[in-house]
Amino acid sequence: MASPRRERRRITCSERIGFYTLLRVERGGLEAGHPGQFFMLDVPGHIMPRPFSICLAPKGELNFLIDPVGPATRVLCEFERGQEIGIFGPLGNGFRTDVKRPLLVGGGIGVAPFPYASQLMGNPPAVLGFRTRHQSEVAKLVPRAEICIEPQLVTELIPQGPLDVLACGPEPMLHAVYALAPDAQLAWEAPMACGFGACYGCVVEFEGKSRRLCVEGPVLNGRPPVVPIIDDEEEEVEA
Amino acid sequence: MILNASGCLDALTAPKVARSLDAYVAKTVTPEPRLGNSQPRLAETDFGMLNSIGLQNPGIERFRSEVLPRLEELEIPLWISVGGSDAAEYARVCERVGERESVSALELNLSCPNVDSAAAAAAEIVSACRAATGKPLYAKLSPLLPDIAEVAVSVIEAGANGLSLVNSLRGLALDNWTLEPRLGRAVGGYSGAALRPVALAVVFLCYEATKGKVPIVGMGGVQNGKQALDLIAAGASDVALGSILFSDLEAPERVRAELHEEARARGFERPEMARGAAHRPRSD
Repeated sequence: MASPRRERRRITCSERIGFYTLLRVERGGLEAGHPGQFFMLDVPGHIMPRPFSICLAPKGELNFLIDPVGPATRVLCEFERGQEIGIFGPLGNGFRTDVKRPLLVGGGIGVAPFPYASQLMGNPPAVLGFRTRHQSEVAKLVPRAEICIEPQLVTELIPQGPLDVLACGPEPMLHAVYALAPDAQLAWEAPMACGFGACYGCVVEFEGKSRRLCVEGPVLNGRPPVVPIIDDEEEEVEA
Repeated sequence: MILNASGCLDALTAPKVARSLDAYVAKTVTPEPRLGNSQPRLAETDFGMLNSIGLQNPGIERFRSEVLPRLEELEIPLWISVGGSDAAEYARVCERVGERESVSALELNLSCPNVDSAAAAAAEIVSACRAATGKPLYAKLSPLLPDIAEVAVSVIEAGANGLSLVNSLRGLALDNWTLEPRLGRAVGGYSGAALRPVALAVVFLCYEATKGKVPIVGMGGVQNGKQALDLIAAGASDVALGSILFSDLEAPERVRAELHEEARARGFERPEMARGAAHRPRSD
């Protein structure tokens, strides 16, 4: 497995792709890792770095797809060529890509790991769902992708029959994918402060055990789906 | 000494960072396992971050059999943070970890929910722990205590060897659109830059109240050597790094080097010589 490193690297390009921004960063001594793995990007003016899947890894670069959903992601979308950014990774466990009948299933910004996955897997079939036409422009990064726009749901595009599903998207989508394909590899998400197992912020309960999504995930294998922990009987406690 | 604030570093996933500290403080251990709080557990907010982890830990017995042996392999000085819901629970954890030779100190995570009798409750916990172990005990106090200096004196009288100052504040952040709390449990611990002046004041007052006679681990929003030196000048003998460790794995080495430089620039040959400098009579 690739070993994570922390470096400061220059932005080579910040490219608008429909609603999203593809932030292209010099690779330096960093390894790209495996599809589904992620990097923590420092955000100027913010105490917590933010996790992003590796979206593409052309020669000498690492590319990340950013959804300008809040103050920190908007800062990242405003980065310009030549500016430096702190970057740490690759982290976590990605998708198993040595599967027989692959299907990539993405929802919204959950498309992020699939351009790289598609490339490494020889362009397998993909189904991608978006809220708007503007968001769906990013589908051009995933060859052979069939797309749908709400109110049609991406799960309606999943064909019948045995498939090895790799999915990333909002939680309701992952639950729906799990119902159709119980062996699917699902990429989950939770706020995290560190990305390497220190903060216990991204812990979820999985198969009766608590799991840090940054270390044991973010990709977890099918059954049963992640559920939030309910163990709140006592007074609030810190740390 | 540069330490980590409990819960801000896992030595097993980042052993290199742990080795760059002078001592590693493990995450709080309680008698029984705790799954922790529901998601979301983290939210960035103005001047810092909120956490609501809920003291997730495997409980003392699994900590002893599964975690501690792996920490011991790292061969670094180990401090264990101890939690519980009453004096007997704290004492039980102290006894079970205190008997391990590898453990150099115990930090008592005193959250003191009953604020009216905080001094008495904290002292009761410390004396129970004192009776349970001969290891050095550090009482970690909440900056929310109305008279923290009084509590500091009472825990020292009850047998604590030192103080860890401070735990996080309390904070709330709301979602921009729904106006719902961003943390699963609504209110959480507030740490980061906002904690810095609070920690500085608490260290200052507790150093004064204990007449500079006990070691104090100062912590709260330290990101660089100058901020560490401020804590030492206010009365800390040692400094712990918290949320900075989430984003800067080289922080211990960097802060240590900067601290020496900042101390020398102000005429202190070594950082420890600046301890209590803020308490000296004004030169003008």
